Amino acid sequence: MKKLRKPVYFTSGYNTVSFGSGRKEFHPKKSRPGLEHYITEAGKGVLAQIGDPNLVDEGVISNFMAARFNKQGNLASLMVHIHPSFEYKPMVRVEGACGSGGLCLTTAIKTVLSETADVVLGVGVEVQNSVKAIYGADILAGAGYFTEERKSGHAYFFPAKFSERTGAYFAKFGEEKTRKAMATWYEIAILNARKNPKAQEYHNTIEDLFAAGMTRPNPKIFCNDINVFDCSKVSDGASALLVASEEGLTKMGIPKSKAAELVGFGIAVADLTQPPPDLTKMTTVGNAVSKAYEMAGIGPKDIGILEVHDCFTIGGILELEAAGFVKYGKGPDFVLDGKTRPNGELPTNATGGLIGFGHYTGGTGVRQAVDLVHQLTGQAGDCQVNLSSQRPYGLMISMGGNDKTVVSCIFKTAA
Amino acid sequence: MKLDERLKNVGVIGAAGKMGSGIVLLLAQEMAQLKILNPDEGYYLYAVDVSEKALDGLMDYLKVQATKAAEKNCVVLRELYKERADLIENWDIIAQFTQDMLSVVRFGTDLSAAKNAHMIFEAVVEDLNVKDKILSRLNRICSPETFYFTNTSSIPIHVIDEKVGLGGRIIGFHFYNPPAVQKLAELISAKNTKEELVALSHEIAERLRKKIIHSNDVAGFIGNGHFMRDILHAMDEVKKLSNTFSRIDAIYAMNRISQDFLIRPMGIFQLIDYVGVDVCQLIMKVMTRYIPGVTLECELINRMVEKKVMGGQYADGNQKDGFLKYEKNRPSGVYNIDKGDYVPFDFQGWTKKVDDRLGTLPEAGLSWRKLLTDPNKEEKLKVYFSNLKKMNTLGAQLAKGYLKRSKEIGKNLVEDGVAQNAEDVNSVLINGFYHLYGPINDYIN
Repeated sequence: MKKLRKPVYFTSGYNTVSFGSGRKEFHPKKSRPGLEHYITEAGKGVLAQIGDPNLVDEGVISNFMAARFNKQGNLASLMVHIHPSFEYKPMVRVEGACGSGGLCLTTAIKTVLSETADVVLGVGVEVQNSVKAIYGADILAGAGYFTEERKSGHAYFFPAKFSERTGAYFAKFGEEKTRKAMATWYEIAILNARKNPKAQEYHNTIEDLFAAGMTRPNPKIFCNDINVFDCSKVSDGASALLVASEEGLTKMGIPKSKAAELVGFGIAVADLTQPPPDLTKMTTVGNAVSKAYEMAGIGPKDIGILEVHDCFTIGGILELEAAGFVKYGKGPDFVLDGKTRPNGELPTNATGGLIGFGHYTGGTGVRQAVDLVHQLTGQAGDCQVNLSSQRPYGLMISMGGNDKTVVSCIFKTAA
Repeated sequence: MKLDERLKNVGVIGAAGKMGSGIVLLLAQEMAQLKILNPDEGYYLYAVDVSEKALDGLMDYLKVQATKAAEKNCVVLRELYKERADLIENWDIIAQFTQDMLSVVRFGTDLSAAKNAHMIFEAVVEDLNVKDKILSRLNRICSPETFYFTNTSSIPIHVIDEKVGLGGRIIGFHFYNPPAVQKLAELISAKNTKEELVALSHEIAERLRKKIIHSNDVAGFIGNGHFMRDILHAMDEVKKLSNTFSRIDAIYAMNRISQDFLIRPMGIFQLIDYVGVDVCQLIMKVMTRYIPGVTLECELINRMVEKKVMGGQYADGNQKDGFLKYEKNRPSGVYNIDKGDYVPFDFQGWTKKVDDRLGTLPEAGLSWRKLLTDPNKEEKLKVYFSNLKKMNTLGAQLAKGYLKRSKEIGKNLVEDGVAQNAEDVNSVLINGFYHLYGPINDYIN
């Protein structure tokens, strides 16, 4: 199927605070809320916008590793904790590492397209501060190929994978400019996050962000080519939204001005047991985004706002290239020229992205969709950017592992 | 004997104390790493302490700290264990290292437990007679090749050497508290100290990632040479202020001057409590005894010790009350020595009144903690102190007097031949006391 058989709408999004180090109220030794708290807060945040919870026909919940972070499985049934009326309703849990949230969206989309439901609640959640970062690194390494990769891998498995990509990119396109672009990426992410009260870096007070981003990597305690500012943090949180048919919107009484319309999506996965074909490219991202463009009948020139999966600064830059916004090898120039700033040519991650907002892994894809829908419907608060009428589309990339499981969605204003 | 060979048999005496436990931790980590690399060799760290119960505490401490250290060094440990196919996740690596580290430690309550040690680290109470008794016995049961490292922070090394008769096989290796965290060690060799031991000490410092500063063999060395006189200055000011302040007000004021106005990590009275009021008294006595023509004594400290209000830490590391009272390790009141109780900071707004009399800080919000990691620290300090210099409030005057005296103390340490140069003095204060700047500076000239 290359085209959507009927219109699908996204609406009523809600994000919890992305909780973890950086938030003033966070203290590693204080007890914290668990999965059920975040799922419920996000779910209720959505329901409050529609009034009648009975209008929700089905639900999808995405999560990566609750089985290890929280020793909890069977998350679909935790959805009922949001509202008693959900008892016995069809709910499903999906997983695709850090791209789980993207799969939540596409599963909800497919549910609406299959016409078994008019209104689907999508929730994405992860609670990761349950363990120290060094153990969290073990758990997150599950997004790689455990049998062959973990023993030989780094203590900080994924940062090291992206450090390798960074090193390869340095070698091919020059270190100085790329390093500066990565530091600029960090700077923009934090500046955006400071406008978003729910962002993990909302309280960030570092004066010289660029200088922090330029911190020399320390391979003895971390990685060869990236520093901690190049990485998204450990986060707890959840996001939720509704995916609905036209009938669904009508039933809920939601005007199209409060909804974004899905115009295309793409899903692509690559063999987990194989290393990336080229460390300087995100080929799976490229494939998923191409599918989304094709379904939407548009191209990169039509995109006015972007949400990329910048778990690491280099990832954001590589995705700009993979999605066709800039030529291969020119991503750093694009960033250094200010094109990704909120007032730039292509506002990117305007609410902070994974680096600035935070990255509750299994929920991030849903968070990206929530923020894009807010942008397209003028509900993004201090983070709102001006959308060009020439380029009315918003695109998002949700990625799991080292470019292994990727979802891309494209939206436009529904009204 | 090479260091790696000596590290096969090491003793720590006073192992369960505040300093000893940290020294055990540092050595055990290093020895465990050697053992991982040479699994067929034996590595034994004899942890000796008189108290059986304290040794239980040491074991718990080592378990927790070994895990923390492994968590921090996991990048290196993965490399170290790379041949172990069964250790895959960080979890496996950290658990294994904790076990390996604990397995090198042998606990004992009798000195004979350490009879095979090639190196002995002594960290018992700051009392020459006790040190003499212990070291003399060890000297009888250990090999004549054994080297001794004393953690004394005040007793001249040549005095110990002569008393015990070690013939230059002892050196002052003064860790700072807590040894596992503080980067500094003062190294004090006496005239007689063997060259081989001096060289070995440098190697050990490098392995334990400590920065060495040489101090000459004068009682108190550099660190306490400055600290004790710094205390006496604060006490003098307390006395002077008592014309217009109560003693409690004055103690609070001087603690605040030495912390907030000077941007130090702790106020002077908090630091006395941290080190231990009784320990400060002992050090002053030692310095008075061994430095000709110098008398260091403080009536208030003597009275506190008499009343047995002595600060220091509980076994779990929490701060005991001393000059100040502590809640969650933060000062929350001042001791009233006449009444024997504490006046809480929040009692009827008295601290606010003292604060008002001291006046505002030259610049609000410039805390020690923030500046510690600020790349523009140097510049900011210059501006801060140039502002302080222009101010004439009571607080500013006391702060300026404090800085001036601290500088004078520092310079005297060089002139009196305790420190080799001003940099060494500054380095001890910066690395051992976590000051942001050394006492010998030009901020308020």
